[in-house]
Amino acid sequence: MPLWDWDYALAILPDLLLALVTTIEITVLGSVVALLLGLVFAVLRRAHIPVVDQILAAFIEIVRSTPLLVQVFFLFFALPRLGVTLSAFAIGVVGLGVHYATYTSEVYRAGIDAVPRGQWEAATALSLPRRRVWTGVVLPQAIPRVLPALGNYVISMFKEVPLLLAIGVVEVVNAGREIGSQTFRYVEPYTIAGILFLLLSYPASLLVRRLERRSVRT
Amino acid sequence: MSAPDPLIVFDGVEKRFGENVVLRDLSFTVAPGEHVTLIGPSGSGKTTILRLLMTLDRVTAGSITVGGESLSHAPNEKALSVVRRRIGMVFQQFNLFPNMTVRGNLVEGPTRVLGLSKDEANARAADLLELVGLGEKIDAHPTQLSGGQQQRVAIARALAMRPDVLLLDEVTSALDPELVAGVLALLKDLGETTDITFLCVTHEMGFARDFSDRVMMLDGGRVIEDAPPERLFTAPDHERTQTFLHAILSH
Amino acid sequence: MENLPRILSVLAEGLPDTLVATLGGIVLTVVLSFGAGLLLLSPRRWVRGTTRVYVEGFRGTSEVVQLFWIYFVLPVLVGYQLVPLVAGIAVLGLNHGAYGAEIVRGAIRSVPRAQYEGAIALSLSPAQRMRRVILPQALVEMLPPLNNLFIQLLKSTAILALITVPEVTRQAREVLIPNFGDDTFLIFGVVFLIYLGLAAVITLVMRLLERWAAGRLGRRPTGRRNVLEAV
Repeated sequence: MPLWDWDYALAILPDLLLALVTTIEITVLGSVVALLLGLVFAVLRRAHIPVVDQILAAFIEIVRSTPLLVQVFFLFFALPRLGVTLSAFAIGVVGLGVHYATYTSEVYRAGIDAVPRGQWEAATALSLPRRRVWTGVVLPQAIPRVLPALGNYVISMFKEVPLLLAIGVVEVVNAGREIGSQTFRYVEPYTIAGILFLLLSYPASLLVRRLERRSVRT
Repeated sequence: MSAPDPLIVFDGVEKRFGENVVLRDLSFTVAPGEHVTLIGPSGSGKTTILRLLMTLDRVTAGSITVGGESLSHAPNEKALSVVRRRIGMVFQQFNLFPNMTVRGNLVEGPTRVLGLSKDEANARAADLLELVGLGEKIDAHPTQLSGGQQQRVAIARALAMRPDVLLLDEVTSALDPELVAGVLALLKDLGETTDITFLCVTHEMGFARDFSDRVMMLDGGRVIEDAPPERLFTAPDHERTQTFLHAILSH
Repeated sequence: MENLPRILSVLAEGLPDTLVATLGGIVLTVVLSFGAGLLLLSPRRWVRGTTRVYVEGFRGTSEVVQLFWIYFVLPVLVGYQLVPLVAGIAVLGLNHGAYGAEIVRGAIRSVPRAQYEGAIALSLSPAQRMRRVILPQALVEMLPPLNNLFIQLLKSTAILALITVPEVTRQAREVLIPNFGDDTFLIFGVVFLIYLGLAAVITLVMRLLERWAAGRLGRRPTGRRNVLEAV
């Protein structure tokens, strides 16, 4: 038997591509959660509301310092005990989204801190309402410069989707495992899985790097 | 009495950075023990001459030899390091190593390159620091010193290698005005008490006059005048030299 | 709560593998980061190119894919099966080493050009320039991002559960959850605390290293975490 069987590789490709679609769906939905929730965290922390601030800081520290896999297991086993039943897919989206929101919140925070004090003061001098200071002055300056960092986290999320196989999500690696368990050939499915990740994430990271260079120059 | 063999020979040296020609067809020699000062407007190529001698940049045409050994066409890094060892350089921005104390900066070359023992290198470092008037700063960090003190340490560091040639690249330009005189006095002293060959780029014309045997005026990558300081400063041949000196002295 | 002692002892059985994986992974990461980071700065194009392939290959694929590939595919190709823990450490090191290489390269490049020139003027050899002058200064720059990297690595040890390494996460998932289902929250609370504690130890050690390295430069440690560069 050859080490690499092209017919077999071609035959399993459709199933793997289908699983890749699932992987991308989870990445996109998870990114939406991470990008929005992270922004909420960052703005909330900037407000320095007494107790909320400490709780949020502790939450972010815990989520950032513990494995995503453990957090996914936690959602999978603990939520039903609270009467909440979510599909494995939904747990994946929430788990990835919340985990990465703690990262994006730090990115937003750095971006917000980089907006010069004078901008806040000028906005205050114009008596702009609080909400407008954020949406009209601060965030439009902060967000463009953090886009590359946010882009990097989206790529990281994409590469972390496979660990959701632990709760039964049929993403690329899990699809490969199911195929392999029927045919007892793992070389092709896992190698193709690796190539698929590389094909998507390498160009994406080149794009982010170009964005990075552009934002450094301006 | 015949003139001694020159120590440094520039022969038809050209240096260009892309389209930009910094030195063109430059030839001159420097005798052992001679003190040569390079003057000229910024961009005239003075610093480039020092950087070529220190092998920080490479010639694009022509050749440079020091003591008969080729600096511009050394066959390999090893041969190059042998020639390079005879040359020291003091930089405008000092370039002390912040990861080492003053002592560390001074013993680094002697122990790692010359193979001196720790004790010998330490003794040499202590002597040199006394010489530059910083004996008590031996265990300080470079960041704890003033600019003038850092530059004295940098001079001591270069001397610790016992160089035949010492290159001084605008060594007082980054210093506060009140610190300049001390560093220049130290250099003058070194000029009188050692037989080191000096190549010096400076804007301090008074120092150039006292210190140099020869002053070379550069403009547009060429030497346009090469004369003893008495003559060059009082009766320059070249009109460009006159306007340059006028501009810098009336400043 | 009456099950707490049992829970603690089961998790404690997983602790050695988590520790070995973390430490082994960090050691391999450091070696590969410095090795590949220096090679990325080589004057020879083919050396840089080959190293790039390693760095981009491991950064561009998923860590779980790498783990499954080394554990399930490699044995078929070379006819030799790695012990799960060893396969895990190899992947942790190879993966994070690829990220660390960029950290090392960036830190070395951040050392001012004047420092190279000062070292040349002292006739130090290329190796001496790097070891004695450039690396000590670059170290201060690389320690904060390496701290982040090591914490990522600690978190990644959990995926070793997927190839049957009985580390903390697998102990929780395979032993505790099926047997002490009513204590789900307690179990996860303890697991979270274990990882938090280990992360705190890593940060503490790295801060001490930072202080030491900055002290050698006569500076105070900045303590800054540049999250924009952390990825």
